[in-house]
Amino acid sequence: MPVASHAHPIHPSAQALGDDEVLRIRNDFPILETEVNGQPLVYLDSGATSQNPLSVMEAEQEYYEQRNSAVHRGAHTLAVAATDVFEDARSTVAAFIGADDNELVWTQNATAGLNLIAYSFGNASVGKISGAAQKFALAVGDEVLVTEMEHHANLIPWQELCRRTGATLRFIPIHDDGTLDMDAAAALIGAKTKVLAFTHVSNVTGVINPVAQLSAMAHEVDALVVLDACQSAPHLPLDVKALDVDFAVFSGHKMLAPTGIGGVYGRAELLDAMPPFLTGGSMITTVTMEEAGYLPAPQRFEAGTQPISQAAALAAATNYLRETGMERIHEWEAALGQRMVRGLEAIEGIRVLGPASGIPRAGLASFEVEGVHAHDVGQYLDAAGIAVRVGHHCAQPLHRRLGLNASTRASTYLYNTTAEVDAFLAAVAGVRGYFGVNGA
Amino acid sequence: MSSLDSLYQQIILEQSKARYGADLPNEHLQGLHLPENVGQCHQLNPVCGDEITLRLETADDVVSGIHWAGDGCAISMASASILSEMVVGLERAEVHSLIESFREVMRSRGKLQADEEILGDAAALSGVSKFPARVKCAMLAWVAAEDALNQTS
Repeated sequence: MPVASHAHPIHPSAQALGDDEVLRIRNDFPILETEVNGQPLVYLDSGATSQNPLSVMEAEQEYYEQRNSAVHRGAHTLAVAATDVFEDARSTVAAFIGADDNELVWTQNATAGLNLIAYSFGNASVGKISGAAQKFALAVGDEVLVTEMEHHANLIPWQELCRRTGATLRFIPIHDDGTLDMDAAAALIGAKTKVLAFTHVSNVTGVINPVAQLSAMAHEVDALVVLDACQSAPHLPLDVKALDVDFAVFSGHKMLAPTGIGGVYGRAELLDAMPPFLTGGSMITTVTMEEAGYLPAPQRFEAGTQPISQAAALAAATNYLRETGMERIHEWEAALGQRMVRGLEAIEGIRVLGPASGIPRAGLASFEVEGVHAHDVGQYLDAAGIAVRVGHHCAQPLHRRLGLNASTRASTYLYNTTAEVDAFLAAVAGVRGYFGVNGA
Repeated sequence: MSSLDSLYQQIILEQSKARYGADLPNEHLQGLHLPENVGQCHQLNPVCGDEITLRLETADDVVSGIHWAGDGCAISMASASILSEMVVGLERAEVHSLIESFREVMRSRGKLQADEEILGDAAALSGVSKFPARVKCAMLAWVAAEDALNQTS
């Protein structure tokens, strides 16, 4: 049984996304009609969590109204219907990232996905482990390599894994403009490197890392490549096979879907060889009182009842994105991002983190307002109906490297208009004056 | 007054820049080897990064000095500054009662009007109680002061 499709028309990819079409897209997102503090909501916090279109909410509701049941158990009609929804959703989302059906494991979100990978590696590092699983084993003398721009979700699981196994955690530094130091990467990636884990797109600077190049460097020394695609899967065409990564993770709630669903991509032969992380029902073959055999991936990593309606909703979300066109979405957001950076650079007392205007970045901008704390900037913008993120954005080491504790981040999505970016810039221009900062 | 203006009253913007009491030297941040009449506390709000290290000195059960180092939003810095202006010369019980009154207003979600007779300049922070996400900012220095005071004897 197919998951719900929606009525949003398919557009030729040759035609760029523009404000007129974005205004039509907005009709699919009821929450964007909300008023905040007497002002129309300007939602610029999609980097934290995105909004859901009607088709996504309908897919979830339709599942509960017509198909709700347990999957992969029971032979009754609803159980079969639910299993079909669940597995069709897997096919849809796997295809969206360029993976095969058996290469996508459902998780709660990207954080859960990264922990799944790190804990599975950890399980391959202790006790009696033989055969192909040894590929994942870490020990004293091995190195796990991350970057200085990682979200805490792609840092702390590796810190903990190294603590448990005795391996050493190292990081590739960044340049002052937020881009990765590729010379340092070349020097750090070596015979001891067993894992290279890095983000595709920085959630703070919007820097887009050269994934294929880093993957090739890591594979040269036979290291496993783990990609945090949390900020890329929602916003640009993602093909995990073309990028040649071994693992990738993403979160549904950042790509038009509800919370509680995300995915881990793993190359089929790796997933089938890797020890499981969570164990229990639905992931086994034969169980005795002494031991258990495990199913192949993806079931191997899906113990317990799964987020079924959320998977259906995520499939509807990727359909919405695919039909709108990921290349067009990426171009539109990149243009909005450039407009934001140009505008921010023109305001006195604003320091933009990451690449300067004219240099490619994702459709987001984090910045510091001289003399005004990010929390106060966010409060001021909220009073104008503008929702942004303030704080360290779960990237304390990156902020420390850039010389600050906190910043303000505006992040766009396919439903943001040029007028919204301009309203944001106009509001930011008033911040220092309001707080009476000298020189404003 | 807009709700933003009630949050950021002039006195708060001024106090956030004045930062009375923000003179704790770097070498005292660790708070090692404190005499019995001195207490020190570090408070961090991991959500936004507001941070304060606050030291209270007492003499004969009266607060004789307050010194802090911190970084954070206008609300947290103004709150620390206002507190510093208020507590020197107060008896231990008076400080506890002041902190309790302040906490009660902060937790009221805008329902309690602060009594200026009791809270002085800190009454200007009562607008914060309508913004639940900011209450921690306002409380940061007060929580640190309470803990520091409890360390003294």
